[in-house]
Amino acid sequence: MGELSRFWRESNHRYRMIAIKCGNCNEVYFPPRDVCPKCHRESIGKMQETQLSGKGEIVSYTIVHDAPPAFMRQRPYVLALIKLDEGPTITGQIVDADHGALEIGKRVRNVFRKVREDGKSGIIQYGYKFVLEE
Amino acid sequence: MSGIVSYGSYIPKYRIKPDEIARVWGEDPESIRNGIYILSKSVPSPDEDVATISVEAARNAMMRGNIPPRDIGSIYVGSESHPYAVKPTATIVASAIGANFNMFAADYEFACKAGTAAMQNVKAMVDSGMIKSGMAIGADTSQGAPGDALEYSASAGGTAMIIGKEKVIAEINDTLSVTSDTPDFWRREGQPYPTHGERFTGEPAYFKHTIGAAKKLMERVSTTPKDYKYAVFHQPNGKFPTRAAKQLGFSDDQFKDGLLTPQIGNTYSAAMMTGLSAILDIAEAGDRILAVSFGSGAGSDAFDLTVTDQIDTMDRKAAPTIRELLSKVIWVDYAIYAKFKKKIVTGDNIE
Ligand SMILES: [Zn+2]
Repeated sequence: MGELSRFWRESNHRYRMIAIKCGNCNEVYFPPRDVCPKCHRESIGKMQETQLSGKGEIVSYTIVHDAPPAFMRQRPYVLALIKLDEGPTITGQIVDADHGALEIGKRVRNVFRKVREDGKSGIIQYGYKFVLEE
Repeated sequence: MSGIVSYGSYIPKYRIKPDEIARVWGEDPESIRNGIYILSKSVPSPDEDVATISVEAARNAMMRGNIPPRDIGSIYVGSESHPYAVKPTATIVASAIGANFNMFAADYEFACKAGTAAMQNVKAMVDSGMIKSGMAIGADTSQGAPGDALEYSASAGGTAMIIGKEKVIAEINDTLSVTSDTPDFWRREGQPYPTHGERFTGEPAYFKHTIGAAKKLMERVSTTPKDYKYAVFHQPNGKFPTRAAKQLGFSDDQFKDGLLTPQIGNTYSAAMMTGLSAILDIAEAGDRILAVSFGSGAGSDAFDLTVTDQIDTMDRKAAPTIRELLSKVIWVDYAIYAKFKKKIVTGDNIE
């Protein structure tokens, strides 16, 4: 049940890419943080939700062949480091891409996909993934 | 008058050709292609389902109309392939678009016309003043049993229509439905694939309801086919809607733009709505549209729409047009298709 409640708590950022902006230094954090690691106490009470555009560019990527069982139907899949337009760099899966078209610096945008299924009877977890911008 | 304020669609990128399916099951590809007039069908990726397709369509509709989530007073999702038996897809869509906590929501089910039934209900709620505007979605990732005739057509896609009273791009002048208890197609609870009552599929089901609803509506609003620039029908294959259109007296020019099944297959609850979406992509102010869905079981919902000059102020390219969605495809063979659609079953504890 622990994971279920964690996922539920995180649905704002996983479903809609809601980040947290420090009102003191304007740094954007994604995944969200409660306190700004730069401003510490100065940021308390100033951390505000902000909507990310879901757009960014590929900083680096890898094609994963040794995939966990849950990814068997998507093997090989693409994991990328993506620098979002608002600043944060995150790890995300790139889907529906011709692997030959992948390049560092290419623009991506977010899509809503199934992230994980907890067996045949458990909860289905959804969240952001990325596609190449065309 | 109330009507469509914005619209958005989503079609998965993967495609398979009937020739490839025929190759595996030893059928004659030419006769299949000619029999159903489907040249390719969309295939969802393993990480796509009705919830993800609905969210993409909903986001496209909101982006195109520049509609803030707080303006959405209801979300109804019509489908016959909801990911959960119990837990509404509408809740996932609401959360993913950041809709209000204070909102009407439910999932609808009426074979392939659940999405248009949702459109009718949202319109009624807008007209009655219960909500300012609301969203109706038709989406499916339908399945045909391996080797069954439906495997050539059953595909995936979704369309969202936002219905309201302000900034209406297409007024819904009138809508009506016809309903009867017809055993043309069904799926029992817990069964993975549907069953069709072969001799009921054509005449007593699709044609009787589709043509019946179209005629009744045209009679009620005093129109004839020549009053319409466009007509769009439920499209389980390429043949049925063409025959229904011709039988009603519509010409090729009127129905060709809304006929997408030859390229994407039968998207079930999304089929007529996505055809309407393709028409709204190109329609001009003053154009009149007749739109008729069909759901097995059976029934039809008919809509008489008039495009307003508000469409000229809308940036229709702000979200992907149907033409764009049709142009970007990745072809798959039957093995990949079977893997994606879980027709290949893995061992225990793997998934
Ligand atoms: Zn700070």
